[in-house]
This record gives sequence, structure tokens and C-alpha cells, in this order.
Amino acid sequence: MNTIVCIKRVPDTETRIRIGGDGTSIDSNGVKFVLSPYDEIAVEAALRLKESTGSGEVKVVTLGDDSSQETLRTALAMGADSAVLLQGVVTQDGLATAKALAAELGEAEAPLILLGVKAADDDQQQVGPMLATLLGRPCATGVSRFNVEGDRVRCFREVEGGTEEVELPLPAVLTITKGEYEPRYASLKGIMAAKRKPLEARPAAEIESRLSIETLELPPERAGGRIVGEGPDAVPELVRILREEANVL
Amino acid sequence: MSRILAVVEQKDGVLRGTGREVMSAAAALAGETGGRADALVLGGPGVESTASELGTHGAASVKVASDDALAIYNPDGYAGVVASAVRSGEYEVVILSATGQGKDLAPRVAALLDVPLAQDVTSLSAGADGQVEIVRPVYSGKAFARIRINASPILATIRPNVFQPTERAGTGEVETVEVAADSGTWPTKVLGFTAAGGDIPDVAEASVVVSGGRGMRDPENWGLLEDLRSALGDSAGLGASRAVVDAGWRPHGEQVGQTGKTVAPKLYFAIGISGAIQHLAGMRTAGTIVAVNKDPDAPIFKVADYGIVGDLFEVLPRLTEEIRSLRSGE
Ligand SMILES: Cc1cc2nc3c(=O)[nH]c(=O)nc-3n(C[C@H](O)[C@H](O)[C@H](O)COP(=O)(O)OP(=O)(O)OC[C@H]3O[C@@H](n4cnc5c(N)ncnc54)[C@H](O)[C@@H]3O)c2cc1C
Ligand SMILES: Nc1ncnc2c1ncn2[C@@H]1O[C@H](COP(=O)(O)O)[C@@H](O)[C@H]1O
Repeated sequence: MNTIVCIKRVPDTETRIRIGGDGTSIDSNGVKFVLSPYDEIAVEAALRLKESTGSGEVKVVTLGDDSSQETLRTALAMGADSAVLLQGVVTQDGLATAKALAAELGEAEAPLILLGVKAADDDQQQVGPMLATLLGRPCATGVSRFNVEGDRVRCFREVEGGTEEVELPLPAVLTITKGEYEPRYASLKGIMAAKRKPLEARPAAEIESRLSIETLELPPERAGGRIVGEGPDAVPELVRILREEANVL
Repeated sequence: MSRILAVVEQKDGVLRGTGREVMSAAAALAGETGGRADALVLGGPGVESTASELGTHGAASVKVASDDALAIYNPDGYAGVVASAVRSGEYEVVILSATGQGKDLAPRVAALLDVPLAQDVTSLSAGADGQVEIVRPVYSGKAFARIRINASPILATIRPNVFQPTERAGTGEVETVEVAADSGTWPTKVLGFTAAGGDIPDVAEASVVVSGGRGMRDPENWGLLEDLRSALGDSAGLGASRAVVDAGWRPHGEQVGQTGKTVAPKLYFAIGISGAIQHLAGMRTAGTIVAVNKDPDAPIFKVADYGIVGDLFEVLPRLTEEIRSLRSGE
């Protein structure tokens, strides 16, 4: 079964964020970029599906600039078969991203499209269900495990207070969260093989962003650092402060 | 801008805490702009029972979409109802909760209405030029973006516990929304639900969170955290660091941080958690942070408002006891 995984290049989660000179974006000098953590999990899920059924191809797609080729190669090194770079501008307007992806994927004959539940930069948590709605396909979000059963897919979703089980007809779109699919490390062989796998680059459909960033700011530093005391003897004072000064008890 | 719709969540006919917050945020924005705020509530028969409470939080009118098929959340069904209510009411701003359900529903509504969406918003206000100013965290809370949406309606989900519920005198007038709840045509079939943590609030919604890390040493010791949690009352929830989730001690649903949930309770306890950057990402917008750690140099103390340096196995029982006696004295 063919699967498409939409992936995104994002700053490493260890990165200290600095605001760029324009005041609306980050200073990417010295920032290491990685495959977004949940997208890595989605790639893993697609690879396991392919391995368990013994057939089909995994294709990874990203909207981004040429530097995203590196991210695609990371997924190819994990085991994806082919990659597409849609060259275009990425913004916080998830609907614009979803439209650019939908223009590419509308015709694709893949019964499953997987995405991460959220991208580690914008945290918009929206591209998956938007893409599904644009394509007229059903979508389950926050899926920690799924099984394809004939022409349907059964999904286990992480929801508030527990796990929900839903069933969707294929073709479908799933957004993947942590759970069953601990991502593998690319082997040296995988990294070598990735260099020869097909990677197509072409301009993305041009879609205007209708969400503009006016300013980007660091959060106010938390004052922090007040040690009330040591050991259990400090507890009464802590409780007093929480009640009388912080007003939270 | 004058017509604002709050899409509120209920459970078994009772308005959820986040529903009060969404309604109050909508009413506040309506107050700033001289407009009106309505509520939309979806659910099984009987959900109109939420109307009077919605009225006290500022709903001019409460649109009720009730049908057996809407008794549990179905994304296909709910998205259709919300989109058509927004269209027919000609709303200019639509606000939902950034709960699991809200964040699943809002993108679908956005795509149906062909407008952008701002998720997990922490501030929503009328700008000088009448535009809506939106602030939302990005890079898992390491930065905040002030954004504008250049489309109508403006669609946003708001982060739980950030917007304060407000009250006024008044009752919402009930308006029934006709729903074509033809559940047979909804592709998504909800098969079942398995509860994880009993009847305690989800970590993302709880107003007080008690989180444990590797310093807890063993999953058996979680009874100590649960004792503190229950001493803090019904609105307290349990959280965890990734280290303990990866070790299989706690379910992923409790994980706070970059690859877990982002929480903003009014009070957050970090017990035996070192304070790695990815953990901080998930809780740094909490109101008050308390840390208990035996290592005085643990990074968690740099963000904690109050800390106790010490062995958690000695500090926790004492803390539970003091809080219990404080609360029983009230
Ligand atoms: C891509 C990525 C994503 C990640 N996402 C997340 C995430 O979402 N959430 C998250 O939490 N982490 C995340 N992490 C992991 C993070 O980097 C840390 O490894 C993790 O948070 C550490 O968990 P911890 O604080 O419980 O454990 P540790 O770092 O081992 O800290 C344990 C603490 O307990 C203290 N302690 C030990 N014994 C006692 C005692 N008896 N009394 C008092 N204190 C004691 C120690 O002093 C120490 O500070 C992520 C990492 C990566 C690379
Ligand atoms: N520029 C992009 N190219 C490809 N996929 C993307 C892009 N942006 C987001 N996605 C996918 O959509 C998911 C959710 O992103 P977001 O809605 O921005 O949190 C990500 O985990 C990716 O799978």
C-alpha cells in the first residue's frame, strides 16, 4: 500500500530561540534544523506499514525552500522510497500550506496520507485536518496506533482522559502522535542509499498567506529562583506563601 | 466587528470549564468592540440546560444544536454544524477552546469556511484600528507571535486556563438550530473510548497540575503524587516528564512538554523533574511554578517561582499533609 507522509523542517528542539533583526522571525544563524519530531514518528509509522504488508512505496513531501532537501534526505535515509520538494514560502497560515499540499496530492493514488499531529515550530496543529477537508477525505488526529483492515483504517486516538477508537474508510488522512511508532535511526547503509533515491523539486502552487506576523517576542523571563528552604521543614513556609502571597491555594 | 460566536463544549448537559472561558472571552471582545456575543452548543438532547449559565457568562443568544447523533463528538458531524451556524449567523469572529476536541474541530471548520486559523491563542483583543489582535505561542512557548488574520470570519481557539471566566446578570435566550444530523453520511465512525486515569481532569485542562519526573524513582511511588493531587481538590490533574513516560511508568496522555501537552494551570508542581528545555516548553506559561528537587542546581529552579531543595520522599508527604489541613480548616 502506498503511503504519503508530509514532513517539515524545523529548528531542533534544543535550540535557543533568538529573534531576528526584522522582529517577526527567528535568527536562524547557527540554528540546527531537523525533521519535526512528530513527522519523524509519522515516517516510522508509514515504514512499518510497508514492512508489514510487504508492498507499496512511502513517499515524503514537503513545502519549503531548497534547504528542506536535507530533511527529505533524512526521511529517505530512514527508509522512505521517494521525495518531493514543493518549493515555496512556508508561513504560519496552515490553510495556505494545506492548499499547496492538496494541489500536489489531489491526484496521488495513496490510500493513506500521514502527517505529524503538530509541527515543532508553529505548533498550529491544523495542516492535517485542513488537508483532509480540502481533499474531501476523512481524518483522524492524534493517532498513536492504527491498523489497516481491508478498505478501512482503525485508529487509536489520544484524547482527553483516555483513548478513543475510530474507523475511517480509505482513502484517509491521519495525524500521528507519539505511541506505537518509536522512530528508528537511519543506518549508514540507509544514509548511503538515500543519496541515490529519487528527489524531485518543483515550484509549489502559489497560495497567499492571510495570516501575518506583526511581531515575534521572547516570553518575559520568569523571575524565578526563590528557594524557600531545604527539606520538609520548608513546607509550612511554602504553603503560607502559596496561600498568602501567590493566592493560589 | 460586531458579531462574535463562542463554540462551547459541554459534557452530559453540563458546561465545561473551558466553555465558560470561551464564552467570557467572546463577551469581553464584544464589550470592547460594542458588538454581541452568542454561544453555540452541540450535543445530545438536553444540552439546552447549559443556556442560563452561558447567559451569565455573556451570551446574548444560545444556539442549541441537539441531536442523538451529536451526543458524542464526531468531527464530520460537528464541523458541518459549526460551519453552517457561522455562515447563517454571519459571524465575524468565531472562538473555540484549544482542547483536544476544539483543536481537532477548528481546522476542519476553517477549511470549510476557507479562512485561516490561529490555534492555542493566549491573548485576544481589539486593536486600535478595530482589527483583532491575536497572540499565540510558537516554538513550544519559546516565543510569542502577535498575529493578524486578514480574512473573515476570524477563527481562533483559546488555550485553557488563560482567559478568566467573567459573570454578569443576564440569561441567554435559547435559539434552536436545525441540524441535518444525518450521521449515516459521516465517514468517521467512533467505535469506543477507554478511560485512562479515572475521573480526574486532563493535564491540559486542570487548573492545578502535579507532575512527577524520574526523581520519583519507581511507578509504585505515584501514590505519593496522587495523594498531593487529591489534597489539592477536584480541579487538580497529574502530569509527567518524558523520561517517565518513555520508561512506561505513566501514559503519554500525561506528558508535559515539547512532544507532550502544553499546559497553563494557575499552579504547577514539578516534583523530581530536572527542567530540561523540552519540559519547560510545555509549562512555562503556568501561573505559579513550584519545584521540589534534591539538586540545588537543577535548571527547574531557574523558572520556578518557589522551590524546596530536598528529598521529595520527605517533602511530598509533608506538603500533602499541610495542604490537607489547610483545606479542611476552610
Ligand atoms: C525531541 C525531544 C523532545 C522531548 N520532549 C519532551 C517532553 O515533551 N517533555 C519532557 O518532559 N521531556 C522531553 N524531552 C526530554 C528532556 O530532554 C529530558 O530528558 C526529560 O524532560 C527529563 O525528565 P526528568 O526531568 O524526569 O528526568 P531527569 O532529567 O533525570 O531529572 C530527574 C530529576 O529528579 C531529581 N531527583 C532525583 N531523585 C530525587 C529525590 N529523591 N528527591 C528530589 N529530587 C530528586 C534529580 O535531581 C533530577 O533533577 C524531549 C527530548 C527531545 C530530544
Ligand atoms: N511546510 C510543510 N510541508 C509539509 N508538511 C507540512 C508543512 N507544514 C506542516 N506540515 C505537516 O503538517 C503537520 C502539522 O503542522 P502544523 O499544523 O503546522 O502544526 C506537520 O507535522 C507536518 O506533517
